[in-house]
This record gives sequence, structure tokens and C-alpha cells, in this order.
Amino acid sequence: MSNNVLSVSGLSIGYTTKTSTIIAQDIGLNLGHGKLVSLIGANGVGKSTLLRTITGIQKPLSGSVSLDGQPIDSYNPLALAQKLSIVLTEKLPPSNLTVFELVALGRQPYTNWIGKLTEEDIVKINEAIALTQIEPLLQKRHYEISDGQLQKVLIARALAQDTPLIILDEPTTHLDLLHKATLFRLLKKLTLETNKCILFSTHDIDLAIQLSDEMIVMTPNSIVQGSPEELIAANAFDAIFKDESILFDKEKGKFVFIQ
Amino acid sequence: MGNNKRNSFLFLLLIVGTLLLFLLNISLGSVRIPIKEVINSLTGQQVSKETWDYIVVNYRLPKAITAMLVGMGLSISGLLMQTLFRNPLAGPYVLGLSSGSSLGVAFVIMGAGILPGFMAAFLVSSYGIILASCLGSFGVLIAVLVVSQRLRDTMAILIVGLMFGSFTSAMVSVLTYFSNAEQLQKFTFWSLGNLGNLSWISISILAIAVGIGLSLGIYSIKPLDSLLLGENYAKSVGLNYKKMRLVIIFATSILAGSITAFAGPIAFIGLAVPHIAKLVFRTSAHNKLFWSTLLFGAMIMLFCDIICQLPGTDITLPINAVTSVIGAPIVIWLLVQKRSF
Repeated sequence: MSNNVLSVSGLSIGYTTKTSTIIAQDIGLNLGHGKLVSLIGANGVGKSTLLRTITGIQKPLSGSVSLDGQPIDSYNPLALAQKLSIVLTEKLPPSNLTVFELVALGRQPYTNWIGKLTEEDIVKINEAIALTQIEPLLQKRHYEISDGQLQKVLIARALAQDTPLIILDEPTTHLDLLHKATLFRLLKKLTLETNKCILFSTHDIDLAIQLSDEMIVMTPNSIVQGSPEELIAANAFDAIFKDESILFDKEKGKFVFIQ
Repeated sequence: MGNNKRNSFLFLLLIVGTLLLFLLNISLGSVRIPIKEVINSLTGQQVSKETWDYIVVNYRLPKAITAMLVGMGLSISGLLMQTLFRNPLAGPYVLGLSSGSSLGVAFVIMGAGILPGFMAAFLVSSYGIILASCLGSFGVLIAVLVVSQRLRDTMAILIVGLMFGSFTSAMVSVLTYFSNAEQLQKFTFWSLGNLGNLSWISISILAIAVGIGLSLGIYSIKPLDSLLLGENYAKSVGLNYKKMRLVIIFATSILAGSITAFAGPIAFIGLAVPHIAKLVFRTSAHNKLFWSTLLFGAMIMLFCDIICQLPGTDITLPINAVTSVIGAPIVIWLLVQKRSF
């Protein structure tokens, strides 16, 4: 249990508006250090809801989420920020931020009231820059670099925040195949070199199967976690898409289309 | 790094510029007082003409100090509003505060006829106007705060502020419709702004209020930086968003409210100066933006006031006329030059 960065048990997620809408219930998950975990599922099955509940943005309907051994709602915003960092795909508001300033923002949970960077902060920032290899970009404004480069910068920012768990929301959308694969490999390398747990949602199931340590497969009726091999053997991928023209081929380990 | 050197140099220029304009502001006017004599007067030394000493100490020095306080306070509140609402068109009055002030003052000047004689006399005095302005902007502030506590979306607060502004402006229009020419002129004069005629007590109160507002602004520098990435990222680095929003709204209210109470609604400075600072320093880091906005605000206000005095003549222009006429072309020129935001 203590080896896990994130533990979820008996979790029910959904919305409480006028009528309670349950997206999924009785979820149990364990994410360990140094693991690259991908979250997959069809559109609308509730991946974003699950991520929002795990990160504390949304309240669970029932059950518990524990981060580093403690319930997630026992953390104040600052303490939570030192355990969990995020990488999103939303467009950044217009500003003159340089790449270095952007990465440095990841140190805010540790700096004093005026945000002064100490020696240790600079060390962490430089480590993050080295791991993502964005040195040539440091003085450029954030709108002057490509989407793929910006994503590496945002990942560097999350690394500078020095949290045991990093969550990425669909990081591979908008990227071409080469950049998708490069991103996956970068995330994998980060888990190996920093022992952080990285959880990300994605629609690139084939790549996820090839490169993740573990996967969480969400279908309307169940949420299962396991290594790609275990999940293939357990036929977990069959239930993702309800369409009969898409089948999961166990030997090839990928989805194929039936004409 | 070249950028750091450039910034240090610019800051030096700003500090020297502010000092120069301060002295120039005191020196120029319908009576021209040489700068050397101004310095003599300020440092308590012998001044050639007694009248000069009198003018400096009793009229020009208070006005110059007021100009600096107004320039600094309005431009910082403009900066806070622009970053909080992520809207370059936001200014200190975007929460409807100056409309609230106008309504309070309009009541006093144009509605005082309804009240018994002695009350009317007090109200129309300068203290009555200051009080009415404070109550008016405070009223709008409370309304905006109450509504904002129930709103999650910050943009909605912007719209609420604008709506309160429209509402109070409409009520002011009704009051003006039913007033006579003398009341109308008095109200118009108030709304054109006035940096002079403040007693030392008033200036002290204004200085304290502006000091509080600026301190809250400094306290907000780190949260504002985190907001540069958007609300989601800001919260993910530990920002207590609701608290920060409240602090910023409160800071703006103290700054804009107190300044409007003592000097009337001064247009354009709060909106333009943050842009000037951003365009000259080309940064979004709020520590640099705070101090540059502060100094630019002081300088520009002193400069506008010099122009208002129309040095060498006996005429003075209202401050609001000058701020917009000077400010707008500067912003346009800078935008065309730099093509950056």
C-alpha cells in the first residue's frame, strides 16, 4: 500500500446536479512509483471525469482517493501541489512568458510569498530542462515555439514541480505519429529516471499498448487495470467499442477494421 | 543577460524621469518658479520670493503628490484587473466603481434640493462629496462581492460589474435630466477630475488608502504570475483562487474608490499605463510589471498635470481631457512599433 502513489477504492464518480448521474462505480486502482500508466476508453465513457476526481477537482460520489497514503481531501491546495502536477492541452492565454519563466512557474508550491527562486529551485528547474532537452528554447516566448516543443516545455514545468505523480490529459492529440511516439518515449524515460508515476489519458490505444507499463481500460460497465499483456489475455479491449466493424486482434495486439 | 541590463537601465530611467517630472510639475504653471528655488523650498532653505515658497508648499506640492498617488494607484489597479480578467480592455472601473461614485455624488449635488437646508449645505461641501463618492463606490463593491461569491466563473464577475456600471450610469442620467444648470455644471466639473484643492489631511487619507491597495497588489504578484497559464494550472500549483480573487477585487476597490472620492473619476490612466509598461518592458512577469507600471503611472500623471496647467497662461484644463488625449496616441504608437502584446 505504501508503495503506491495513488490508491482508489470503492470509488463512484459522476455528477451531482438535480439528479445524480453516476458515470462509473466501485472503482479500485493502484498506481505505483516509476510506472507509466495510460488511461483509455471510448469518447464519453468518463475518462476526464475519472481524472478530475482523482486530482481532486471534482468530488467523488462515494469511495476514497488516497495520494501518497493520505486521503486526497486532507491536503490543502499547497500540499496537494507538491504531490500532484498536471499537463493539459488547453491553449495558454496570451502573454510574454519566456520558456524559462514558464518552467519556473512549476516551483511556485515551494517558493516564498513573493515567489523568489532559491538555489534549490534553480537546480530543479535546470534538471527538468535537461530531462526534456529544451535548452535551446529557454529565452524564446511561449508563442514562438511549435506545439510539440510547447508540450515538452509544459512537461518540464510539471517536472520542476517535483511531484511523485504527474497526470497528463490527452497529451498525444494534435501530434503527428512521430511526435506521438517521441512523447511516449520521453514519458517512459522520465518514469525510469525519476521514479515518478505518470498517468495519462489517450486515444492512441495501439501506441499505449506497446509502450505503457500498465493500462486502465474504461468501458461503460467496468474499469480494469493491468499490464498490456494481462489485459489482452483477459479480453479487456473487446468491450471498448460497441461497433462490430472494429475488432481487437489478440495476436497482432491492435485493433483491426472489418470491411 | 542582455535583457537584465536593459531592464535595469529602463528602471533607472524611470526613477530619474519620475523625479524630474515631479520637480517640473511643481515648477511650471501660471507662475513659473525656477527649479532651483523649488528644491530650496522643498528642502526648507531660503527661497528668493516668499510668494514662491507659499505657492509651492500650499498649492503645487500637494497637487504633485496627489498626481503621483493617483497615477500609481490607478495604473496598478488597472494591471490587477487586466490580469485577473485576462482582458486587455479591463481597467480600474470595470467593476462599476466609478459609476457608483458618480451616483453618490450625483445624489448629493443634484438630489440635495430635496433635503432640508443645513443637510444640503454639508452634503454639497467637499467632505460631503468625498463621503458620497465613497459610499457610492462601496455600495457597488458590496453588490459585486455578494454576486461574485455565488459565481464560479470570473468572467461573469466582469459582466456583473459592467452591468452595475450601466445601471448606476442610467440613474445618474435621470438625475441630470431633472437638475438645473448650476447643479449640472457642478456635477460635470466633478466628473472631469481635479488633482488640486486637497487639504493635507485629505492627502494623508488618500496616501494611506493607496498604500494599502498597493501593498495588497505586491502581495498578489506571485498569484498573478500563476494566472498567466490559466486558472487550471494556477490551481494546480497551489493557488487559493477564490481568496486571491477577493484580495485583488478588494485592492482595486480601495485604490479606485479612494482616488475617485478625492480626485473624481480620472479616465484612461488605469487602462493605458499597464499596456505601456508591458510594451516597453516586453515581459509578463508581474514583479517587473508592478514596479514599471507604478513608475510609468506616476510619470504620466505628473506629465498630464503639467499640460493641464498650460504653463505661462492663466487657463487650466480639466485632467480627464488631457489623460485621454495624451494616453490614447501613446498606446497606439507603441502597438504599431512593437507589434507585440
